[in-house]
Amino acid sequence: MSSAIDPRATSAMLYLDGVHVTFDGFHAINNLSLTIAPGEMRAIIGPNGAGKTTMMDIITGKTKPDEGDVLFDGITDLTRLDETQIAELGIGRKFQKPTVFESQTVEDNLLLALNADHRVRSTLFWQRSKADDAAIDCVLDTIRLDNARRQLAGSLSHGQKQWLEIGMLLAQDPKLLLVDEPVAGMTDIETHQTAELLKEINRDKTVVVVEHDMTFVRELGVKVTCLHEGSVLAEGSIDQVSANDRVIEVYLGR
Amino acid sequence: MRHTLTRSLDRSATTFLLIVAGAGILLPLSNLLLPASSPLHVPTYVMTLFGKYVCYAVLALSIDLIWGYCGILSLGHGAFFALGGYAMGMYLMRQIGPRGVYADPVLPDFMVFLNWKTLPWYWYGFDMFWFAILMVVLVPSLLAFCFGWLAFRSRVTGVYFSIITQAMTYALLLAFFRNDFGFGGNNGLTDFKDLLGFNVQASGTRAALFATSCLLLALSFLMCRAVVRSKLGKILIAIRDAESRTRFLGYRVESYKLFVFTLSACIAGLAGALYVPQVGIINPSEFAPGNSIEAVIWVAVGGRGTLVGAALGAVVVNYAKTLFTSGALAPYWLFMLGALFILVTLLLPKGLVGTWYAWREGRQRAALSLDADSAAFEDSGVKPHMAE
Ligand SMILES: Nc1ncnc2c1ncn2[C@@H]1O[C@H](COP(=O)(O)OP(=O)(O)O)[C@@H](O)[C@H]1O
Ligand SMILES: [Mg+2]
Repeated sequence: MSSAIDPRATSAMLYLDGVHVTFDGFHAINNLSLTIAPGEMRAIIGPNGAGKTTMMDIITGKTKPDEGDVLFDGITDLTRLDETQIAELGIGRKFQKPTVFESQTVEDNLLLALNADHRVRSTLFWQRSKADDAAIDCVLDTIRLDNARRQLAGSLSHGQKQWLEIGMLLAQDPKLLLVDEPVAGMTDIETHQTAELLKEINRDKTVVVVEHDMTFVRELGVKVTCLHEGSVLAEGSIDQVSANDRVIEVYLGR
Repeated sequence: MRHTLTRSLDRSATTFLLIVAGAGILLPLSNLLLPASSPLHVPTYVMTLFGKYVCYAVLALSIDLIWGYCGILSLGHGAFFALGGYAMGMYLMRQIGPRGVYADPVLPDFMVFLNWKTLPWYWYGFDMFWFAILMVVLVPSLLAFCFGWLAFRSRVTGVYFSIITQAMTYALLLAFFRNDFGFGGNNGLTDFKDLLGFNVQASGTRAALFATSCLLLALSFLMCRAVVRSKLGKILIAIRDAESRTRFLGYRVESYKLFVFTLSACIAGLAGALYVPQVGIINPSEFAPGNSIEAVIWVAVGGRGTLVGAALGAVVVNYAKTLFTSGALAPYWLFMLGALFILVTLLLPKGLVGTWYAWREGRQRAALSLDADSAAFEDSGVKPHMAE
C-alpha cells in the first residue's frame, strides 16, 4: 500500500484517500478523499446521514474502514491503531452529542482531559500539582466556565456542556481537533463566541469542524467541504460551495 | 460548597470506621470477659454470626468497587470469595493431620475414602499458613486477571459480561462438585481442628477471627476509598459514565478495568478466607450463581457507589435473612429478597446510604443558600428574623 500513497501525503496533517465503509451492505462512506494541511481549519457541511460523523469515527479509530488510506501527520497509518493510541498521537474529538462526565465536577472533567501520563500506576499515585491547576485555570478562563468549576458537569446547560467539551479538547492539547456540531443548541451569542473560540484555537492547532449552521460556517471564513452520500460533493470557499448547483440541490435547498 | 460535602463524607467514613473498630474490640471483649449471665454478654454463636456478616460486608465492598465506581456488574464474585475460602479450607484440612477419622498423617479423610495414595501436587504447601494466605490472594486475583484480560480486551461489557461471570462461577461449581477434582466434591472441606495451633471452636479463636474480620473490613474500606478518591478513581467513574469518551482522551480503558477487577477479586478472596474458619465448612454451593446475585443485591440495597452503603447493605440484608429463615417465613425468604430488590430499585434507586447522602446534600445546599441570604440581609443592615 505504501507505494500507492500520494507524495502530497507527507506534508498533510490529515490525509484520507479512497476510503470506503459499509454497514450491513449500506455504503456510508464511498471513496472519500480529503486532505487537511497543517494549521488549517476546515469546515465540513452536508445533509444528515452524509457520513460526517462516520468520517470522524474513522479518523479516531472507532470505525475501521473496509478500504483506503488514512494518514496522520504524513506518516502514521491510523487504520492500524485503536482509539487510545490515536488520542495519544494528538487527535482530540468533540462528539456530536455533548459527552462530558456528568457526575463529576467541571474541574475534574478538565483534570481527566489534561495531557498527562495515562497509565494506571501513574494515575493511582497521582498528586495534584501547580502546573495542572494552572492549566485547568487557563482552560476554564478560555471557555468562560470559571464560576462553574465546582459544579457537576451534568448540571450545566446544553451550551455550557458543548463548551466544557471543547475545553476538554484544549486541556488534551492535541495537534488536530475534530469538532462535531459544536453550536447545536446554542444561542446566537454563544454561537458567535464559539466561532471566536475556534478561530483562537486554530492559531496553533489544526481544526476540522462539522456544522450545519451556515451563519456559523460563514463566520469561520475557512475552506468548506460538502459531503454527500459518503463522498466529497464540493470543496472551496463558502461562496463557491454555496453557489454549487449540486450542493443547493441536496443540501441548502432553493 | 464541595468542601463542606467532602468534609461531611469524611465524617461518614470516620463514623463507619469507628463502628467497625468498636464492634471489633467490644464484641470479643464482652464475649470473653463478661460472665454468661451478664445482660451485656455476647454469646459466641452471635459473635460468629456477625463475623460471617462482616465477611459478607467485605465481599460487598469488593463488588461496589467495580460495580458502583466502574460500572462492571460481576454476577460471579461469589467465585472469588469461594476460591479464597477453599485455599483457607485446604490449610485447615492439612492442619487436621492424623486426627482425622482415617488417621492418615498427610491425606485428608476424603482422599483416603477415595482410595488415593498420595497427595495431589496442588495440595502441596498448604500445610504452611503463609503459603495458604499467598494462595488466598493469588488464586482469585489470577483467575480475575485472566478472565478480565480476555473479556475486557474483547470489549465484552454490560449484560454480556454479567452473563459470562455467571457462567464462570457455574463452571467452577460443577468442577468442585466432582470428587476427582480433588477438593472434597459435594461435601467440600470441613471438620476443621485448628488454625495456627489454636482450636477453631474455642471462644478465644472465634473472638480473634471476629476481630480479624473487622480489621479486614476496615482495611479493605480504606483501600477501596484510597482507590476511588485517587485520580484513578475519577477515571473509573469516567469509564462508568462515558466509556468511549474516556478512550478518546487517551486512557486504556481495559487496563483500568483489569486493575480494578483484579483488586476486587483479591479482596473478595480474603473475605472468603476469613469466612471459612468461622462457618466451619466450605463446599461447592458457595459457587452457586444465586450467591453472587444475592451479593449484588446487598450492594444495591445499601447504595451503589458509596462503599459504606455496600457494607451496611450486606449486614442489614443478611441480618434480615437470618431472622426470616429461622422462623415460619423461611420458605418465603427468596420472594422477600426479590421483592426487596424490586422495591429498592423502584423507590430508592440510590440505596439506603445513597438516598441519605442525597437528602443530606440537599439540606446542606438549602442551608448554604440560607446562609447566603442572611449574609445578604446583614450586608444591607437588616437582621433576618428566623425562628430557630
Ligand atoms: N454504526 C453504524 N451502523 C450502521 N449504520 C451506521 C452506523 N453509523 C452510521 N451509520 C449510518 O451511516 C450514515 C452516515 O451517518 P453519520 O456519519 O452519522 O452522518 P452525519 O453525521 O453526516 O449526519 C447514516 O445513514 C447512518 O445511519
Ligand atoms: Mg453527525
